[in-house]
Amino acid sequence: MTDSGAVIGVVAVTLATAAVGSRGLRVSRTRDDFLVAARQVPSTLNAAAISGEYLSAASFLGVAGLAMADGVGALWYAVGYAAGYLVLLAVVAAPLRRFGAYTIPDFAEGRLDSPLLRKVATGFVLVICAFYLLPQMEGAGETLQVAFGGPYWIGVVVLGVVVTGAIASGGMKGITFVQSFEFWLKLVAIALPALALVAVFHHPPLDSVAGTAPSVFPRATTVRFASPTGIDVSKQVSVVVEGVLDGSSYPASGGGHVELSAGVHQVASRTSITFPPGSAAPTLGGAAALTNREWLSPLLRLGGRSIHPLAATYGIILATFLGALGLPHILVRFYTNPDGQTARRTTAIVVVLLSCFYVWPALLALLGRLEAPGLYLSKSTDTVVLILPRLAVAGTAERILSALVAGGAFAAFLSTSSGLLIATAGALSHDILGKGVRAFRWSALGAGIAVTAAGLAVQGTSINVLVGWAFAIAASSFCPLLILGIWWTRLTRIGALVGLLLGGGAASGAVIAAMAGAGRTGWPAIMLQVPAIWTVPLAFATMVGLSLLTPRALPADVMGKLRALHLPEGVLRRPGIAER
Amino acid sequence: MLWAVLAVAVAALAGVGAYARWASRRLVTPGERGSYQALSIANQAAPALRGGLTPDAMGRALGPLRSLLSTGGVVVGDAGGVIASDGVDSEHCKLLEDALRSVMEAGRPQLLSGEELRCDHLGSCGLNAGVAVPLQVDGRVVGALIAVDSSASPGLLRLCGEVAKFVSTQLELAELDLSRRRAVQAELQFLRAQISPHFVYNALTAIESFIRTDPDRARELLVSFAEFTRYSFASHAQYTNLADELRLVDIYLELERARFGSRLGVTLRVAPEVLSVRVPSLILQPVVENAVRHGIEPKGKGRIRIEAVDTGATALISVEDDGGGVDPRHLERALAGVTTSVGLHNVDERLRATFGDEHGLVIETAPGAGTKVSFSVPKFWSASGRSASTQSRVGTT
Repeated sequence: MTDSGAVIGVVAVTLATAAVGSRGLRVSRTRDDFLVAARQVPSTLNAAAISGEYLSAASFLGVAGLAMADGVGALWYAVGYAAGYLVLLAVVAAPLRRFGAYTIPDFAEGRLDSPLLRKVATGFVLVICAFYLLPQMEGAGETLQVAFGGPYWIGVVVLGVVVTGAIASGGMKGITFVQSFEFWLKLVAIALPALALVAVFHHPPLDSVAGTAPSVFPRATTVRFASPTGIDVSKQVSVVVEGVLDGSSYPASGGGHVELSAGVHQVASRTSITFPPGSAAPTLGGAAALTNREWLSPLLRLGGRSIHPLAATYGIILATFLGALGLPHILVRFYTNPDGQTARRTTAIVVVLLSCFYVWPALLALLGRLEAPGLYLSKSTDTVVLILPRLAVAGTAERILSALVAGGAFAAFLSTSSGLLIATAGALSHDILGKGVRAFRWSALGAGIAVTAAGLAVQGTSINVLVGWAFAIAASSFCPLLILGIWWTRLTRIGALVGLLLGGGAASGAVIAAMAGAGRTGWPAIMLQVPAIWTVPLAFATMVGLSLLTPRALPADVMGKLRALHLPEGVLRRPGIAER
Repeated sequence: MLWAVLAVAVAALAGVGAYARWASRRLVTPGERGSYQALSIANQAAPALRGGLTPDAMGRALGPLRSLLSTGGVVVGDAGGVIASDGVDSEHCKLLEDALRSVMEAGRPQLLSGEELRCDHLGSCGLNAGVAVPLQVDGRVVGALIAVDSSASPGLLRLCGEVAKFVSTQLELAELDLSRRRAVQAELQFLRAQISPHFVYNALTAIESFIRTDPDRARELLVSFAEFTRYSFASHAQYTNLADELRLVDIYLELERARFGSRLGVTLRVAPEVLSVRVPSLILQPVVENAVRHGIEPKGKGRIRIEAVDTGATALISVEDDGGGVDPRHLERALAGVTTSVGLHNVDERLRATFGDEHGLVIETAPGAGTKVSFSVPKFWSASGRSASTQSRVGTT
């Protein structure tokens, strides 16, 4: 069931990115161009580039998917992704730009004079990049699965090969123009379909639906089950089955008509069931579906269940508000700003741009709940953004909308994973393998292969949850280092080092334990699945406490460093030639 | 049963511990161990001592020094009084100021008896005697080291003398460091902002040629020339960013275009990400001037290509001309500063002094094949003048 629109979208985005990338350097041949080429990048352009690099699979697919699955409480992720830049704006953007550091290892070493701290920071850069790259791979796998109908691994391998190849061969340098182009592309690709769908669907307002009524398929819907599933049918219904249902198999072509009685039925993997319009959607056996009332609850539900929702919400708020500071691929972009003041203005524009974007996933999640209940059954709510256009319209309009969303999603994987892979390869080659272009290329190749292989293993975990974990690790390791390093004179090498190891290590350990399946209920679930709620305070407390205990490990010339961080550039530097 | 297992475990642990002690005694002689401990403690103090006679540096060095001397307390001071102390309270520090002054005047080690150290709680404080030794740098007394304890033995006097020599050596090295850094600074000051007389002459001649035919153009060129000299002579900042440097190059090229007209073509390719890279001021214009002078001037026409690209941790900047090229052997002499071509030599020296040897100029040329001069600049380096990566290398070796 190849979707020609989606194929066109994915190919077009790849080609357009290559085209913009090849023109990424400013070229001038005449006198008038010369000054344009030498002019600093304006804040709006740079802000769009930062947003473009930032909006990943988690934002494009994950937010809508998770909100559809677990309820509107999951929109706290979207709030946090945007609000993280408010924290960045207030405490980090301008000082870090004045300091001149553009990676966290640079900052760690420059501020605290410790090569060892640099190595540890590099280690966490690699950990965070890995956790952030995995969901991009997963998103690519699911998108191409929807678009081409093939197995999951094709998308993962395609993205892995494209990105790794582009970076290892020296192309695609995370150029400002490419990234800002991709931001506008993503905004259009999500806003236009959402507006079209609102215009096309005619549905009752959500709160007029009875609180406990099961969802109803608004039209004939084919649900494809990737794994063996138990479904709970509430009322007898006549369906068409292709594959194996309750032990008896039905032919793949044409299928067999079956009367599904009320009760639990076992569906084997790779089976499709087509439900008639107006029939009640079955629920997954074993887990009760969310009622509309539960779905509308404003607090976060871990895996759809209500486990200490307030603590879970605060955990996500801590992770996403503070985690954006420590994302290695974002800080590099701030270097393009000429000075601290522009860095601050750029960040403010980023907040506005991101807010414009995150309206649309919320809207799509709501539409998905009303119009595509089949996704609950096949456990593929992460693909809601991609599926909705197909349900709404047909013909050319469907092809255009499919091309847009598939292209936008692919732009999201492409821009974020290239930024992350550049950061990974940069950290690996600069601090571990030795400098030089060759080392950079080999690092990119090795990291790309490793992440692609790991990407094959994470199918089924919510994209957004994976990204949330990357944020939690960043918030527990780099956020305290940056905030205390910039604003506190008494931070010592030992305090920073132990705090970084303890906070980041605890968060990483919790996340790995959660991935392995530990802690499903009660407080252990909170501690492992939203670790930021305890690891962020732990990291801050360790850094402050140990620094006060080890005043001898203070770096030299703390005041000089704080001056470099906080004084406006003009005070220390002569003004240059005025732009004419 | 459990108790039996525990008993066996404890016995085994004790056995392993006893064996380890026996083995370490057999494998390491007491002499070796003593030397190892003394050197290891001294090495702990050395980096702090290289900070010079400051309260901060001395405060960090005195802990290891005290355990090296194994005395109750250690004080370091100069003519102005006590700089730092370890294990000595402020009352004793005050008492010791006279001793400090007298040992610095005498320039010889002195034993301190009860007289100098008579405090209020006589005898009970455990700091009744001490040894004071002068610290010398280049033959002059810069301070003194005092070790205080319950009694002062001749052994302590000898040990203290050796420690003082060690400290003096480190202080001399600190002074050496400082003077080396001053020398680099002075060299940078000297090398900065040398406008080539050749250019001044050519520019003024070109302006003069327009005065009658096109007075407006001549006036514009004079304004540009004035701006060029203002930027070049402004002497209160060593560093600027690449965007400023490119603007200076633009002014320079405008003046050159007055001579060459459309025969001088310029292509600029810049990645906007590297425009804010910090570079030593006047680093790019001399390279461009070199390209004009040796690539364009002999033929009377040509094209110059200026590129700045982002390569991750560094920015790569290159200037290429399509002129006649140079014999590499002549170029080597130019870079060594032997010939009159000062520009490139000057830029190369400043790049090396600022960023380290691996950031010097790279020149690719052959007779008839044009010339490409390129250099890389680290995007992040600390204000003290060396790149962060250079510092880390220094720190680990």
